[in-house]
Amino acid sequence: MDRVFHTSFYMPKDIVILGQAYAGSGGGQPLLWQHLFWFLAHPEVYVLVLPPMGIVAEIIANNTRKPLHGYKTLVYSMMGIGIMSFVVWAHHMFISGMSAALGNFFLVTTMIISVPSVAILTCLIFSLKGGSIRYNLPMAYALAFLPLFGIGGLTGLPLGLTVTDIYLHDTYYVIGHFHFVVVTGSIIALFAGVYHWFPKWYGRKMNDTLGWIHFWGTVTTMCGIFGPMLFMGLAGASRRLYDPTAQFHNLPVQGWNVVSTYSAYALALFQLPFVYNFFHSMWRGEKTVENPWQATTLEWACPSPPPHGNFEKTPTVHRGPYEYSVPGRKNDFWMQTEPS
Amino acid sequence: MNNPDTHSGVTNAKLGVWLFLASEIMLFATLFTSYIVLRMGSTSWPWGWDVLNVPLATLNTVILISSSVTIVMAYARAYDKDKGGFQKWMAATLLLSLGFLVVKGFEYGHEFALGIGPHTSVFYAIYFTMTGLHGIHILGGIAVNGGLLWMSTVDEHWNNHLFLGRVEGAGLYWHFVDVVWIFLFPALYLL
Repeated sequence: MDRVFHTSFYMPKDIVILGQAYAGSGGGQPLLWQHLFWFLAHPEVYVLVLPPMGIVAEIIANNTRKPLHGYKTLVYSMMGIGIMSFVVWAHHMFISGMSAALGNFFLVTTMIISVPSVAILTCLIFSLKGGSIRYNLPMAYALAFLPLFGIGGLTGLPLGLTVTDIYLHDTYYVIGHFHFVVVTGSIIALFAGVYHWFPKWYGRKMNDTLGWIHFWGTVTTMCGIFGPMLFMGLAGASRRLYDPTAQFHNLPVQGWNVVSTYSAYALALFQLPFVYNFFHSMWRGEKTVENPWQATTLEWACPSPPPHGNFEKTPTVHRGPYEYSVPGRKNDFWMQTEPS
Repeated sequence: MNNPDTHSGVTNAKLGVWLFLASEIMLFATLFTSYIVLRMGSTSWPWGWDVLNVPLATLNTVILISSSVTIVMAYARAYDKDKGGFQKWMAATLLLSLGFLVVKGFEYGHEFALGIGPHTSVFYAIYFTMTGLHGIHILGGIAVNGGLLWMSTVDEHWNNHLFLGRVEGAGLYWHFVDVVWIFLFPALYLL
């Protein structure tokens, strides 16, 4: 609009460009661009994390052999996050020069959105209580998600508070926080999903030994990358530096920077067993049955891999998806399609 | 083919219209956000009633709300398989929406005659962007509603079991366009 119709959405008043007074009317704000960017980009991070949360919830219910704890709380929390995610965007902009009154508003909404997030994590942790837990690969990833995503979430609070954000803004702490949420949160949960549904996709199992190497390698190196970032940020090291040793105040934490870098290389190496395992198992993996995890939901009622049209005949659903360990039944799972 | 999907309880087409409207809401929400940000950061912001024509906009509000009523009547007539009634109410809807554009045209024309355009000030920039985008949505609605009116004259389309769903989808969209105006009117003219 500014270019085609000569509006002044991003042009402030009385601006001088290359020695020439700007000819347009002015009165706009360069900051508007940041607002529009974060209005898109903040809800987007919830798009990144909510589906993986669903994966983790599914795998935890399956591997604790019991229904999810506080299922309704969990669902309403997810919906609450979805709605709230549209009114927290400017917490990325506390020190951008925007009005302090707006900062207060976004501080409050940001604290509010942390409540349903904590509720979801609490429901998932309580789901473990009293379950007969199966420690298989998908479950290991789902369990790793809980504390690691928790670190990501809790380290976000000091960034959402305007006062502490003045200090932490644009330091490595922000990078550490963000990656604990999206890498050790979302990506770990996506790995859980891959190991969980792989037998359904290809009718074969992934190799367990390679899987466990991948699991421990990935989890430890991820912490090795992003944990030091938190320390460095707290010590005041800014992000986006060409040479971190150029500034005196960064030198005391330079060791952590090195740990972080080597961990990143190691993380890349530890993905090789996963890639090999994935493609090798696709064709050569041990054949498996329709429902290897004794799960209840519909996808496990169709053959592996699902043929065209998924089901051999249209399934009839008899009950909800969480009928695990129903008292008085021989099996500890009761499939949705099974007639009673 | 037109059975409600077992997961959602509504037809896929209706769900699609709702998803489309959700993305439309995001589009207009972005513009309203820009409006708030620009206005809060601005040193001088004109009162809408000083620079814009409130009586004409009030007339347009009445016109648009009436057109929402007539499109519901058109849907009710289509529900009862009353072709004549449907065509009468749909034609009324089209006339009202064209009336809205004519009134809006007078407003724009007056402003352009005074040499006022999107470049004049940031207030006019957001005013022309929002009302212009809304006007384009009105044009889209006229195209859809006009298309439905034409389809009702063709027996093959009128007797199609999907026809009622199409009218409903168009009605949903039209209500949305109406609601956007109900937010635009106070934001630009009255506050």
